[in-house]
Amino acid sequence: MKISREDVLKVAALANLELTDAEVETYRGQLDDILTYIDKLNEIDTSCIEPMTQVVTASADGSTLREDVVVRSDVITEVLRGAPDPAPLYFRVPRVIEK
Amino acid sequence: MSAATSWTIPEVRAALDARKISARELVKEFYAGIDQRNPDLNVYLALSPERAYAQADRIDAAIASRDALPPLAGVPLAVKDVISTRGIPTTCGSRILEGYKPPYDATAVTRLEHAGAIILGKTNCDEFAMGSSNENSAYGPVRNPVATDRVPGGSSGGSAAAVAAGLAVVALGTDTGGSIRQPGSFCGIPAIMPSYGRVSRYGLIAFASSLDRIGPFARTVRDAATVMSTLAGRDPADSTSAAIPVPDYAAALGRPLSGLRIGIPDDYFAEGLDHEVRQKVEAGIRLLEKLGCRRVSIRMPNTDYAVAAYYIIATAEASSNLARYDGVRYGARVPGATLIEMYQKTRGRKFGAEVKRRIVLGTYVLSAGYYDAYYLKGQKIRSLIARDFRKAFEQVDAIITPTSPVPPFRLGERTSNPLEMYLADIYTVTGSLAGVPGISVPSGKTSGGLPIGLQIYGPAFGEERVLQLAHAFEQAGGAEL
Repeated sequence: MKISREDVLKVAALANLELTDAEVETYRGQLDDILTYIDKLNEIDTSCIEPMTQVVTASADGSTLREDVVVRSDVITEVLRGAPDPAPLYFRVPRVIEK
Repeated sequence: MSAATSWTIPEVRAALDARKISARELVKEFYAGIDQRNPDLNVYLALSPERAYAQADRIDAAIASRDALPPLAGVPLAVKDVISTRGIPTTCGSRILEGYKPPYDATAVTRLEHAGAIILGKTNCDEFAMGSSNENSAYGPVRNPVATDRVPGGSSGGSAAAVAAGLAVVALGTDTGGSIRQPGSFCGIPAIMPSYGRVSRYGLIAFASSLDRIGPFARTVRDAATVMSTLAGRDPADSTSAAIPVPDYAAALGRPLSGLRIGIPDDYFAEGLDHEVRQKVEAGIRLLEKLGCRRVSIRMPNTDYAVAAYYIIATAEASSNLARYDGVRYGARVPGATLIEMYQKTRGRKFGAEVKRRIVLGTYVLSAGYYDAYYLKGQKIRSLIARDFRKAFEQVDAIITPTSPVPPFRLGERTSNPLEMYLADIYTVTGSLAGVPGISVPSGKTSGGLPIGLQIYGPAFGEERVLQLAHAFEQAGGAEL
């Protein structure tokens, strides 16, 4: 067994994900299958291989960089319109700091 | 289906030029078709008639004053629901973004609209583009218009089905591991995943940022080429978009194929490939040979490791990208006594099963103690797969493979085993990892009349070559093999 019930619960906590008992059990079994399959990567020795972290690297002409200039965006009203509990100019959340 | 709903881009243009129909009437006709067929096919999640008619009226005014029309004038367009559209609901097929209306447009949308395209609405997809069948949408699966008991493929199933059913002339999809090419194959239409960096991702709601790409579905390869010329190019809002000049893709079509070397990787015609798919793709290769291509047998020895590497990298990036859905800034919130409880309940109850599975896997492979064994290992395998492609393109001009190892399957047939579903992505995830462009074109049908797709890979930024081959294949009757 590659992954235990406790592993799933630990990872779910890291990801801020509430899971039901049934979900924990289902995911444990499915992830076990997937991780066992992924083990096939150990057939290849990659000790001398560089990891590929991205496809495009910064272009030679420097066009991926721009001047760091401040511009007004004026989007507060529109952005707050999409929030579940707006309290302009803020997003309201349950209290995190006790008085 | 009336004539207008089966038109291509040049046919729309000819009808508008000849004043056979106005842009407004054209839009009306498409909405009538959608009203009639959407309840069954479940292709569109939201319609945008106000914006569509406003754009149609602008086109009609330009026609009336005899102004020069832009290249996509009056072309009805469907947009996958993971691409931001200002003021139009954009849910990513998820309950967690129910009711969300983005305050801005994706660059791809802005470009197509400036070129005259008319946005009809947003199309259904697997939740956050995670899936290969469209059955992971929180708003119900899409049905394949070719055979309604079958899936349309995924994750861009709604966009593929919209074009195949005549409910849009062209559509935008996104491809992370095959999500444009595989539904194109399943619905029997051309579908292209451009090179990574060719099309701006600004406004594309991220799944796996090093893999995600936007590309078109169309009824003909020529239409796909026309849309690509508008979509492609550097965008200051996406630092990964390339400053490489954009050719006129349609101009490359029609050039003879004589002397082009096509690579056939033995590794792609191994176990797991459906018998009829193999037959029709091999017939497709013979057709390309008849058109003047030279067949070269090649090896891509790391193909067998691609699915494992892909599911490490894609889920790792997804677990990070999807951290932003926490019930604070947009979409749904499930109340909780504390901030953490609110996060956990919102995410636990509003994300669907596949998304949660991938977040758990992605968080696991990134977590302390496992990073080197999984994530780093996956990135190293990715280097090897990219090297397979580079070496192949030293020998050949294009690589020919099946798009999917199986024809469209029945709704519900494959939902119980996620690993089995992942393994069917084998021919598409390789090109996703390498960053190269790939197109799926119809290559015959099964004995039961289900579409089969042939995939053409080209070197990075070699879209011209891929489109040239696909167009010649289509014109020579590839779909009828």
